[in-house]
Formats: sequence, structure tokens, C-alpha cells
Amino acid sequence: MEPINKLTSIITPLDRVNVDTDQIIPKQFLKRIERTGFGEFLFYGWRFKEDGSKNEDFVLNDPLYEESTILLASHNFGCGSSREHAPWALLDYGFKVVIAPSFADIFYNNCVKNGILPIRLNEETVEILLKDSKGKKNQLSIDLENQTIESISSGRVTFDIDPYWKEMLLNGWDEIALTFQFEDQIVQYEKSHS
Amino acid sequence: MPQTIIEKVWKDHIVYEEKGKPDLLYIDLHLLHEVTSPQAFEGLRLNNRKVRRPDLSFATMDHNVPTINRTNITDPVSKKQIKTLADNCREFGVPLAHMDHPDQGIVHVIGPELGLTQPGKTIVCGDSHTSTHGAFGALAFGIGTSEVEHVLSTQTLWQSKPKTMEIKIVGELGFGVTAKDVILAIISKFGVDVGTGHIVEYTGDAIKGLSMEERMTICNMSIEAGARAGLISPDEKTVDYLRGRAHVPEGEEFSALKDKWLNYASDEGAVYDKTLEIHTDEIEPFVTWGTNPSMGSGISSSIPYATDYQESSEQQELKQALKYMDLEEGTPLSAIEIQHVFIGSCTNSRLSDLRQAAKLIEGKRVHQDVRAIVVPGSFSVKLQAEKEGIDKIFMDAGFEWRESGCSMCLAMNDDIVPPGERCASTSNRNFEGRQGAGSRTHLVSPVMAAAAAIHGHFVDVRHMLNVHA
Ligand code: SF4
Repeated sequence: MEPINKLTSIITPLDRVNVDTDQIIPKQFLKRIERTGFGEFLFYGWRFKEDGSKNEDFVLNDPLYEESTILLASHNFGCGSSREHAPWALLDYGFKVVIAPSFADIFYNNCVKNGILPIRLNEETVEILLKDSKGKKNQLSIDLENQTIESISSGRVTFDIDPYWKEMLLNGWDEIALTFQFEDQIVQYEKSHS
Repeated sequence: MPQTIIEKVWKDHIVYEEKGKPDLLYIDLHLLHEVTSPQAFEGLRLNNRKVRRPDLSFATMDHNVPTINRTNITDPVSKKQIKTLADNCREFGVPLAHMDHPDQGIVHVIGPELGLTQPGKTIVCGDSHTSTHGAFGALAFGIGTSEVEHVLSTQTLWQSKPKTMEIKIVGELGFGVTAKDVILAIISKFGVDVGTGHIVEYTGDAIKGLSMEERMTICNMSIEAGARAGLISPDEKTVDYLRGRAHVPEGEEFSALKDKWLNYASDEGAVYDKTLEIHTDEIEPFVTWGTNPSMGSGISSSIPYATDYQESSEQQELKQALKYMDLEEGTPLSAIEIQHVFIGSCTNSRLSDLRQAAKLIEGKRVHQDVRAIVVPGSFSVKLQAEKEGIDKIFMDAGFEWRESGCSMCLAMNDDIVPPGERCASTSNRNFEGRQGAGSRTHLVSPVMAAAAAIHGHFVDVRHMLNVHA
């Protein structure tokens, strides 16, 4: 996976709570056996109308946010199904950071395993950012190493992240290769439990 | 110090721990299915890795399989996905219950049936409803595909220890109230993210009184409350259920195992990070009217008004949901007409679910405007139901009787609710488009679904049961 550290982009504001992974990537696209190519189906049911034409009201279809790599959402983002196709779709579409007041546990894990940085920020800051990003270009700079984000609207704020995930994201490590270093412990465990 | 089952199972599975890092946990059972595994197997191949413990892995085909005409899958992409699982299992030596195998079924139905699911085990699967297996006192949780790959190659996972939560159900279940209503009431009361970062243990006399199948229904929907996992301490019922199952040892080995299992139960006086309570007085047969599982109410009530909520975000959420569902504030739930009924899914497709629904519909007819289908959770559930003549009761009433699989729960195969139409469904998710683009889902128990099938709208099943008695 690609390492991630510093990043500056405008924010795409998705002002909805409890966005589930069925919305992020609907089930009709889960039949593919590859990890790639899911971006065009991201938020399919919201991006497109029944006849297949673009739903102009949906934020991802606003040309204003075309270059954005930061998605800003409300609480409990990524709830529901464990499908990793959700972060694959976000990444494939071009998002590298997702900010929300809270995330569903499995989705959060799935993000970090794919090099997407999920940032939990308090409700008030997210509210301000949402307000200031609607209908305008609101630029945000993220620094994972120092765990800060900086914007004109919210100033400089810090965020928390588990040191283990941080290390993983900064280095783009392959977690399985890391775990292989614990082969002795695994063998030991298996011996004492068989 | 008294401990909860959560702490006991966790501690027993630590392979490696270090301050500032998640724990490396050993995984006792890895269940796989066709949708979330292909990319993981591909990862193994690309890196020249093998499956460390095929003997602790078990695969089935459920999400995307047809429930009629199994031999002729017309969608080439689906066909390829199913074939890919078979090829991967063969290449890596993973046991597989193929579509026509007697062990086939929804992954969370067959695990317990085969006795693979046991108290004190750590169980994972690339599926969020893995929490179902918690009914046996196993620590069971859903994982993503990267983690599937990690477990395949190392039989371990890095996990930060979640907090513990007790949800206590006080009192006895009322007449006509099922396990499904209990869990829907819990989620409605506490919200879809109350369990985030936690593992939940369900306690209380009401839980002790439930059968293993009912306990599975409750644990199944833990994820719908945001919990990492949900479980119930094992007791004699757990032991009785498992005795004699295919993957459970016999004789002396079983006696020893039994003691070990029962020891996992939470100790008297164990403390949880958080405890919530719900009284059974608050629980009647439930119907969801919105687009997440917390948006539901008792059958005798009506859809809430926006003004019932204080926060403007909640009001907005309600309005958005009702717009999608094409429902008005204040509508009595019993006035909602449905066009489809689905009895199935890993929440409610076991033998006891089918038996209860069949009992209710015996000698009656499905309403003329309703299309109703029953999809048994596994091949073995289907077989047993057929032995008991349950299939005939359903078909005589006008239900379609299908082969086992996930089917209309997520509508990946051909079992779809058309846009704009409504379904009374015994599954677990009422998200937008879950049962087909534009479809509208109302979550209910099997008896409530059966009652709706007959009347064409929701009815209080207690009235029908009364007439029966
Ligand atoms: S029945 Fe539904 S919820 Fe259960 S495993 Fe299948 S798709 Fe998932």
C-alpha cells in the first residue's frame, strides 16, 4: 500500500449521518474478484438517478470538488457491511483521507489497511468544516507525522491515531510481512494449545 | 478478580502483547465465502504465501448463489465469483461446502449446525454478521478482506482490545414477542452506534430463557448496534445444542470440553465498562419504518413526527428516511401495505423460525397482492423442514420455497425487490437499496412477516396468535 503523510486538498462535504457501506458501494458491484475499478461505482445510488443520468444535487457531482482527496462526513461513517470494497471504491475514486466525528469499527480498520487515513474529529469542528465547505472550496492541510490538520475555517487542530496504525500508514507497510516476524510466538502458541 | 467472558476469551488467545501495540490474537476458526475472499486469495498468490491452517478454515457459498435453478447461473460475473471460490479452496486446501454439498448454507447458520462454532473460540469471517456465533460464548467478529488475507497466512490478527458492555434484558418476554423484537427494540432504544468500540454481552433472565436459535438472532444483529461483537455466556443449553454435532468430539473428550466451555461464562460480579438495561415491558412485536435498524417501533404505535426529536440533525435524518420510504409522519404501522415478504437470512432462517411462521400460516392464504418467499438458512434446515412437511404448509399458502442462501437479504442474486415496492423482511438491514435499487425494507420477526403476508399489511401478530389459542 502507498505510504501517506502530508496532503493538502479541498474538502468534499457529505453531510449525512450513519452512511453505511451499502451506500458507499452497493452490492451489485461486489461480484468482481479484483480490488480495483470500484471508483466509478462509489455512492452509485446517490450519484446516479434510476435512468443512469447524473444526480446533479449530489455533492460528488459538483465540479467544485473534482480535485478533492478529502471526504468529510458525519458520525458513524461506514457502518453496516464489512465489505472492504468500500475503502477500495473511495481510494479508486481518489479519496485518501476521510474525516468524521466517528467511524464504524470494521470500516476504520479497512481504511488503514488500504492506506486511507481516517481522522476522528470532534463534532463541533466537523460542523464548522462542513458549513465552510458547502458550495465553496475549503482547503485543508493534513500532517500525519505531527497529527495536525490546518484550515482557514478551523485553524490548526490535532487528531488522535493509534501509534501502530500511524506507523503502518506512514510507511505503507505490508502487515502480513510484519506478522511473519512473530512466527516463533505463533508456533509456540499452537504447541501449547493443541 | 471476577472476569467477564470477553476478558477470559481474549486473554486465552494472546500470542504476543506489547505496550502501545494491539494484541496479536490467535484465531481458532476462519469462515469464508465467495464475496469477500477472492482478493485475499489473490494476495496470497501474488506474494507466494500459503494458507497456514486450512484445517481451521471453512468455506461456503451463500451470498451470491441462486435459490432456484442452481446449475444455471446466467450472470457471468456471478458465475466467475463462485467458480473462483471453488478454485481457491482446491488450490489452498480449504474445506468447502459447495452449492450442492449437504453442508451448504449461510455461513452463520452452518457454523453452529456443524458444531464448528464452540464456546471460547475466536471466530472471524469476512462478514459483519459473524457476531451471530457469539450466541455460543465465542468471540466472533467480522473482518475486511485484508484481514481475511492476514488470517489465511498467519492464523492471527492484530486487535486492540475493545471495551466491554453489558446489555441486560430485565423481565420475561411477553406473549408473541420474539428474539428479533428484543434486538430491534434494543437498537431502537440505544441507537445504531451505541456499541462502537465495544464487545457486548447480553445478560438477564430473558436471555437465559431463550433457545440457542433465538440467542443467535440477538447476537446476529449486534453489529447493527455498532458493536464489534456480541455474545452470551454458555450454559447447559449451549452444551446440549452442540452435543453430537459433526465437528464436536465425543465421549471423555466431550466431558472435558464441556467443563472448559462452561468455565468461560462471566463470573458473578464481573464488571463491564458500561451497562445498559432494557425492560421487557418496553418490547412488543417490532416493525422498522426507516432506513437503518434503529428506526423502528412497536406494532401498536405510529411513525414518529419530526417534532418528537430535539436535535435538528435527527429531524433531518427522519425526513430523509421517510422520503426514501415514501411514508408520512404519524402513519400507524398497521396501515403500511407491503408487496413482498421475505422469510430468510442469517438472522431468521433457522428451523425454529420456519416452524413458527408455518404454524401461523397453516390453512391460510398469502394475500393476493403479495409475493412471498421462504429461503431456508441451510441445506440441512431445508431438508429437516421438508421432513416435517413445513415446505408444504408454505407452498399451500402460496409462498415460494427456495434453496438455501442469503438471497433477498442483500439481493446480489436474482431475488430482488423492485424499485418503489415494500418488503416485510426477516433480515437485518433496511438500508436504502439493500433489497434492490429503490426497494423499501421493513424489518420484522418471522411471525410478523407471516402475518403481513396473509393480510397484505402489518398486523399485530398477537391478535392472530390469540385466535389460534
Ligand atoms: S444473510 Fe444477509 S446478513 Fe446474513 S450473511 Fe447473508 S447477506 Fe449477510
